[in-house]
Formats: sequence, C-alpha cells, structure tokens
Amino acid sequence: MKKEVMQNDLDNKSLFSPVSLRKRYPTLQATLLPALYEAQKRFEWLSLEALEAVSKELDVPKATVRGVATFYSMYKKHPMGRHLIQLCTNISCMLFGAERLVDIIKKHYGVEAGKTSDDGRFSLVIMECIGACGTAPAMLVNTDFHENLTEENIIKILDEYK
Amino acid sequence: MNKTLLANIDDPRSADLDFYEQNGGYESLRKALPMDPGVIIENVKNANLRGRGGAGFPTGMKWTFASGDPKFPKYLVCNADEGEPGTFKDRPILEKNPHILIEGMAISAHALKSDYGYIYLRGEYPDARVILEQAIDQAYEKKYLGDNVMGSGKKFHLSVHVGAGAYICGEETALIESLEGKKGQPRLKPPFPVSVGAWGLPTIVNNVETLSNLPLLIRIGPEQYAAIGSPECPGPKLYSVSGHVERPGVLELPMGTSLKEIIYEHCGGIKGGKTLKAVIPGGISTPVLPHDKIDCPMDFVNMPKHGSMLGSGAVIVMDESVCMVKVCLRAIKFFEHESCGKCTPCKDGTGWLRRILARIEQGEGHKDDIDLLVSIAGNIAGKTFCPLGDGTASVVQNFVKHFRAEFESHITGRGCPF
Repeated sequence: MKKEVMQNDLDNKSLFSPVSLRKRYPTLQATLLPALYEAQKRFEWLSLEALEAVSKELDVPKATVRGVATFYSMYKKHPMGRHLIQLCTNISCMLFGAERLVDIIKKHYGVEAGKTSDDGRFSLVIMECIGACGTAPAMLVNTDFHENLTEENIIKILDEYK
Repeated sequence: MNKTLLANIDDPRSADLDFYEQNGGYESLRKALPMDPGVIIENVKNANLRGRGGAGFPTGMKWTFASGDPKFPKYLVCNADEGEPGTFKDRPILEKNPHILIEGMAISAHALKSDYGYIYLRGEYPDARVILEQAIDQAYEKKYLGDNVMGSGKKFHLSVHVGAGAYICGEETALIESLEGKKGQPRLKPPFPVSVGAWGLPTIVNNVETLSNLPLLIRIGPEQYAAIGSPECPGPKLYSVSGHVERPGVLELPMGTSLKEIIYEHCGGIKGGKTLKAVIPGGISTPVLPHDKIDCPMDFVNMPKHGSMLGSGAVIVMDESVCMVKVCLRAIKFFEHESCGKCTPCKDGTGWLRRILARIEQGEGHKDDIDLLVSIAGNIAGKTFCPLGDGTASVVQNFVKHFRAEFESHITGRGCPF
C-alpha cells in the first residue's frame, strides 16, 4: 500500500468518492469512474488492493469495479513509469509519420508500446485519436499536450521529463 | 460569415466569463428565461437545427419526445466525448469558448424543464476539464447556474463527468451507462434515452456543438438562423480538417460549404503542391471519397447523395503518396480496439477484417481476400446494437469499392507498392 493511503483514510468512508462528488449524482455507483481516477492517483495504479478498497467504499461488487477498471483504456492496470507517454498513431497522425516516432522512442528510451522502460522513467501507450489531428502527430505526456511532433523535436521534448 | 461558435477564440481572455459577457454573452439566456419552454422547442424545430454529433438527428424532434414524457427529473447531457478519429471540432469550444456551451445548456435546460445537466468529457482532454470546471464555477457565482438561475426561479445544476478512454462512450446509450458508473456498452433501443435514459429517467443527449448553437438561435430567431447555409439543415458548422492540406485546423463555415471549397480555398489546397488522392469527409466511420468526387455540399442531406456522410465534419485529406490499404487497415485496427465486445459480429468481425487487411498489406494476401473482406463486412452491417459495426463495414466496403485495383496490386505484386 502506498504511504499516502493510511488506514484511517480508508476508514473515513469517502476517500475516493468525496461528499462534494456524491451530491452530483442520484446513485453512489455513478461516482465509480472518478473514484477509480482518485484510487489510481493514491495507489499509483489500480492494484487488486485498490479495486477492493473502491468496491468497499462504494458498495459496488468487486467484479463490477474490476470490469469497469479494465473496460476503459485510461485506467492503469499495472504499475507505470514516472511519466506516461500517450502517443496517437491514428490516421491523421499516421499520415505524418507517427509510427516512425514509436520506433524513435523505443530506440532512445528502451520502452516498447504498452510497456515501461527498465529505469521506470517512461511508459508508452499507443492512443486512438487524442483530438489533435490538425497539429499531427501529437502526444500527451502525463496531462501535457505536445503537437506538431517531428523526428527531430520529440526527444528534446521528452528529455524534459526526468 | 461572422464566427459565433469560435468567436474571439484567438483572444487570450476568450474563456473568461467577464470577457464573454462583454461580447454579449448570456444575453440569450436572459432572453430565453421568460419564454415559454414549448415556444423555445418550436423555435428549435423551425430553425431546423440538426444534431452535430454525427447522425444529424433533428434536435427539435428529440426535445419534443423528451419534453412530452411525464417523468421527472429529466437529465440534459452534453456529449463531449469527441473521439471519432479526425475530429477535433469541439475542442476549441471546450477549451476556448466554454461559456457558449454553458449558456446553450442553460437555455436547453429551461426548454426541457431539466434541473440537472452533465458534460460527459473525454478523458483525453485534461486541459478542457480544468477550463470547463473553472467556467462552471464562474457561472455559479454569477447565478447563471444554481437553484435560481438569474432570479427566474429556474433550477439548473451542471457538472463535468470525465470519461476514461472509450470511443464507444460517444454512442449515447453507452455514454449513459458510463455516466451511471458502468462499462460503456450500448443498450438495445427502444426504449430511447429521451424516455428511459440515465437512471431510468428521460435523458437528452446532445453534442457540444449542437448545444453551443442555442445562444445564436435564440438571439437571431429561427427565421434568420434557418437562412444560414443549407436550407435543409441550416446553421453554422464546424469542420475539422487534417492530413495533407496546407492549413489544417477547425473552420466555422455555413453548413453545406462544398468539400472542394473547404480543401482548396479555406485550407490552402494540397500540402506541398502534391495531387489529391482521397478524402475521408466526416471522421473515419464515413465512406472515403476519391479525388474526383469531392464537389459536394458538406451537410447531412447532400453528402449521402454523393456517396458519403457528413458525420462529425472531420475531413481527412490524403495525397497521392498514401496507401489506401494501409489507411483502411489502420481504421479497422481502431474499430477492433474500440469494439465493446457486446455483439459478436462486431467483436469477432473487426478482428477478422484486421487480420486479412494486415496480410494483404504485408504482401501475403490470398486471391479471394478482397471478396472475403466484402463478405465479412456484409455480415457485420446491420447486425449490431450500435453503429460501430456499421461504420466498420462501411469503411471496408467503400475502400474496396473505390480502390479495388490498389488492393489487387498488393495481392498480385506480393507487397505494398508505396
């Protein structure tokens, strides 16, 4: 368990789904998507332990919580690196060489698509359209958009993420 | 044409409430609140506003169904899960003009007697989330949202619900499942969400751009609104253009602007002076058009007559250097990845198509593979709950229809000629 998740946190019954969130919806389960984001932040990824804690807090069956967590691509189902590269390779990005960028990232940082580099610095996820088609190719690093990527500038951009 | 949806977005203050108000913002809400809800719905019908998410369903008709249902509360949901590849038209509204959407939703909520609204925002737009939430907070402070909107006694609460990376959640019943905290798998229709939607209650799902049209519609009235662009489906329209053009980006033009004009006049023509090969006119689910078939008005009524669809208005332009088999393969990989797994023809068929396309592209295609692709596509179309399956089938059918020779040369030449 991560240090930030203390036992008394889990006892407070609204760790992942705070009251301010709950009042927006008529059911507690409706807070499951935001609660999973919160759990992911606190546990770093959605381990079985994290899913169980969410299940308990929201009173939603474990199987449902797990089903939801695995259905959506932005939940982390395994431990990830310090920085998450989400690179789009869909058609508009493909037309401008996004697949070549995957190779460059792989060669330079030793990280394959869907994997994490050995030093734990980067995880690389291939995305399906991030809505930056007019400035393709594009990627999200954590929550930062980087657009108009080239074979020349991509390493310079990624080197800033230590 | 003066811009409305994208008005002032080049100004760094465009997302601020004060700036929006100084430019006439929230005046339409002020005008709408004393109006009878039924009159607003009539105006929307008379203006012939059609949904901008892709299907082009008449908004006034959807609203009539929802408002005729006796159940309360009614939920108003903004579909901001823009995920159709090639589509980035809603992003400038969400990031740079959020108050036009909030005002549009507040007007719609009054017309629909809805007290609760959600903006279902795709997880891939983290900046938009921050901007929207700030804008919503500002709107609450100024009483454009809350228990007593502008002192009218009308209640409307609005919040952002962030998705987590699933294309299928752009489909309205899948979106509702996701809003309820479930896997985003489409529901069988009927019943339609307008009568049985979120938590079993009437739910109106409208696209960002559709709702953002409301302030203009109320300001100028249905007659003037209906005079903009195509008579059959008028209004301003956002087109997001990407691929091989000199100036890609989001354009606000009258509905029905010709595809040729969009590419050659507004986007500066083909990049680097090359020759046009093909255009996907409305996001990758819409049928591809070869270079000589682009003289068509980009609206919901005319595009089907020209062999495609308007879809989300996401134009992807491809020059002579692009391999059509490779593009088709990439599109099908997308659909395979995004298939929710509920309907077998889509779940399995997308994978079969992808494997066959991959071997053709790699030069290992069999001589019957093209017919096999068409046959599989025919067995997906019309056999799934939601349009994802239909989109998949149509992509394959149309790439083969227009570029069959290119598929054949991959097979006979044992490799990709590009």
